[in-house]
Amino acid sequence: MTAVQSTPGPAQAIDAPRSPYRRSKPTRTNFELYAWLFMRMSGVLLVVLVLGHLFVNLVLGDGIHQVDFAFVAGKWASPFWKVWDLSMLWLAMLHGTNGVRTIINDYAERNGTRFWLKMALYVAFTLTVVLGTLVIFTFDPCPVGADIDASALPSFCPAR
Amino acid sequence: MARTLPALPTVSGPTGTLYRGREGMWSWVGHRITGVLIFVFLLVHVLDTALVTVSPQAYDAVIASYKNPVVGLGEAGLVAAVLFHAFNGIRIMLVDFWSKGPRYHRQLFWGVLAVWLVLFVPFLVRHLSIIFSPVEH
Repeated sequence: MTAVQSTPGPAQAIDAPRSPYRRSKPTRTNFELYAWLFMRMSGVLLVVLVLGHLFVNLVLGDGIHQVDFAFVAGKWASPFWKVWDLSMLWLAMLHGTNGVRTIINDYAERNGTRFWLKMALYVAFTLTVVLGTLVIFTFDPCPVGADIDASALPSFCPAR
Repeated sequence: MARTLPALPTVSGPTGTLYRGREGMWSWVGHRITGVLIFVFLLVHVLDTALVTVSPQAYDAVIASYKNPVVGLGEAGLVAAVLFHAFNGIRIMLVDFWSKGPRYHRQLFWGVLAVWLVLFVPFLVRHLSIIFSPVEH
């Protein structure tokens, strides 16, 4: 007489001890690894770029009181500060957006909340980076026109 | 008759792997808070700087409204946050990439606070002397 087994035997029900298993579904890319690495690489550069920016604008000269249109125009007349500020804009926005993305993933528990918070974040990222990049590339240190107050222009402008 | 529980043993020196409530946790909390603060400022800062393309006087008008002690103290707070985030970020990199980093992560945290103090106090003296002096035109 053969015994009829109605439930699966132990071999089918549970894995053998110490058999490898996945904690989560495999992802197609290593995006999170590269994001982690980017935070460190951009972080090193941002320490130099941001602390240099703060030192030149807030400590040297007259500090915060020196900042006006002529001061900005004087800096952006040089490609050095344009490259500096453009690098800082892109690296800081990518670094900050990825940081806030991590925080949203940590604290927003509902799928919909998490999705829409991240969409709002990516919209803010895109608008800010596009606006900032356009400003640096299209900046005119000596604008001319009837509505321009020439006394606000830097001393190297012909209108002054 | 109520029994009194024996007092918990007090430990001096390293307390095992306890992370919660200690330097590692506060470093993480500080990094998150300062990071969000700096990010929000950055969005506003790009917007106000974009006024240079509107007109010189539009930019100067908005920047002039920042040149008072109240906003100046806010700037000092921003610099305090940036300095902490920068040097705590270096601490995180040392913990991740330096072979002895995890072992000394607590000492590194106190090092971050020491560097923060050494840089922030002179900055604060300089910045306060500027924001409490009259604006020259």
